[in-house]
Amino acid sequence: MRTWTNKKYIFPVINGTILGILALTCLAPLVHIFAIAFSDNNEVVKGAVTLWPKSFTLSSFTFVLERQEFWQAFGVTLKRIAIGLPLNMLLTIITAYPLSKESLTFRPRTFYVWFMFFTMLFAGGLIPTYMLVRQLNMLDSIWALVLPGALQVYNVILLLNFFRQLPKEISEAAYMDGAGHWQTLWKIYVPTSMAALATLILFTVVGHWNAWFDGMIYMNMPEKYPLQTFLRTVITMPDFKYLKADDWKNLQSISDRTTRSAQIIIASVPILLVYPFLQKYFVKGIVLGSVKG
Amino acid sequence: MNVIKKSKNLSLHLMLLPAMILLIVFSYIPMAGIVIAFQDFIPAKGFLGNQEWVGLKNFELISTNPFVYRVLQNTLIIAFAKILLGLAIPIAFAIFLNEIRSSAYKRTLQTLVYLPHFLSWVLLGGILIDILSPSTGIVNNLLKSLGFNPIFFLGDPKWFQPTVIITDVWKEFGWSTILYLAAITAINPSLYESAKIDGAGRFRQMISVTLPGMSMIIAMLAILSIGNILNAGFDQIFNLYHAGVYETGDIIDTFVYRMGLIDAKFGPAAAVGLFKSIVSLILITVSYYCAYRFADYRIF
Repeated sequence: MRTWTNKKYIFPVINGTILGILALTCLAPLVHIFAIAFSDNNEVVKGAVTLWPKSFTLSSFTFVLERQEFWQAFGVTLKRIAIGLPLNMLLTIITAYPLSKESLTFRPRTFYVWFMFFTMLFAGGLIPTYMLVRQLNMLDSIWALVLPGALQVYNVILLLNFFRQLPKEISEAAYMDGAGHWQTLWKIYVPTSMAALATLILFTVVGHWNAWFDGMIYMNMPEKYPLQTFLRTVITMPDFKYLKADDWKNLQSISDRTTRSAQIIIASVPILLVYPFLQKYFVKGIVLGSVKG
Repeated sequence: MNVIKKSKNLSLHLMLLPAMILLIVFSYIPMAGIVIAFQDFIPAKGFLGNQEWVGLKNFELISTNPFVYRVLQNTLIIAFAKILLGLAIPIAFAIFLNEIRSSAYKRTLQTLVYLPHFLSWVLLGGILIDILSPSTGIVNNLLKSLGFNPIFFLGDPKWFQPTVIITDVWKEFGWSTILYLAAITAINPSLYESAKIDGAGRFRQMISVTLPGMSMIIAMLAILSIGNILNAGFDQIFNLYHAGVYETGDIIDTFVYRMGLIDAKFGPAAAVGLFKSIVSLILITVSYYCAYRFADYRIF
């Protein structure tokens, strides 16, 4: 009897512990960086900082937040979200709706779908795309960060699959009452697709927030860099020194390492605050969009 | 009646117009722009300018460069390992996560493992460079305190490949479990009941009920991942590598970037890009076709 109860609990406990440790490996590196960012550099140099700040200080953060370059880059990112998000969402919605119709009622659908699908199979690649943007005179303009990615084919497919699962009766009823396609879309499809749209909004905002490559190749002037492109020059370029010689003299308690850590934390915080609350939406949105019954 | 239907369809065409214009400009024109691969391209003259045609010279130049084969080999090794582990680990994680009874604990674990997916490789690159540093990184401090020699994970060509493979799987495994967990939820509970009546224990149920219940989605995702065999992960490698690890860490995408946009050898770079695009086209087409035939998968 006793061994039976033991055996019953052994697996769940071991399983729960191992998975717990695995999950913590996803969090621990960020916690460590967090601890470094809030610690005095003298403690960091000694290797004394692990998962909790030592000699707590905000000086790395005040140093970073006083930098004009940081706010400039932050402004560019906000600008690309402010223009890009509405544009991306509007395009996704008005493209997904006609493509969610049956080919029988909207015959050219097949052509449009294949025209779009082919761009997922074949791409010109980096060099021709760069040359195009250059030739359109979009280098150093915010439009280079917004327009080339304005239509996300993957998002359109996610949403059109979601639209197809909505009960047909509702849109047919609306049609009978004399509603046109635009009205049906905005009054019926959009309000009933909030889970999918929340998912796409999350993807789009995270996409713009995290984008760095387009900023690096299309922006020649560093003052036009979006946040992640700017951070790249600070964080991962080995030769780049963020602190200048006279900064060193004034500030003993910070270093390149603590200020880098502070910037990683600042750029992560908005995402960390948002995604747990949207979890139930994006899980549902992804599953409904990609697995069909 | 016909007129009404026509005008109704007109608004559908209008809705698609902006998307079609964007596709033509930013997808189809670059496809045509691939002719750069056959030119001695001078950007100042423009796409439609009087560029000098050189036939297959760019391809000859590439194929006689021995480093290109090294790059191809790195790409295949890194991408293949990422695909394999990127399938196996989320499947195992989903099966074991499904065994956890407390739904609050389960949700907490899920939230934690999604986290790295949402961070860019710029930030994660910065984090990894810090924690993996041989002199000051916490990982090597731990190794040293256990009596091991420090390892230069990102600076030693021997260690670079395993490091990028493992850290990429670490970033994405949580995200990839979403679809597997959904497939497990869809399994009919009565199957577990009858398995129990037949005397199947917990592990037997995991292997004989849960795993077969996921087989469709596993097959589908495995087939679709074939198309990624030349995608070794530009964002990650670009933010982690440096000249010292090119021999094991340089991949097609980083190679094209350096040759094209840094060294301004546009023709040869576009030639490598064209090679990759054509191989990808074939692989993706075959994989979609197989997914359609064997798993009845339709993308739209």
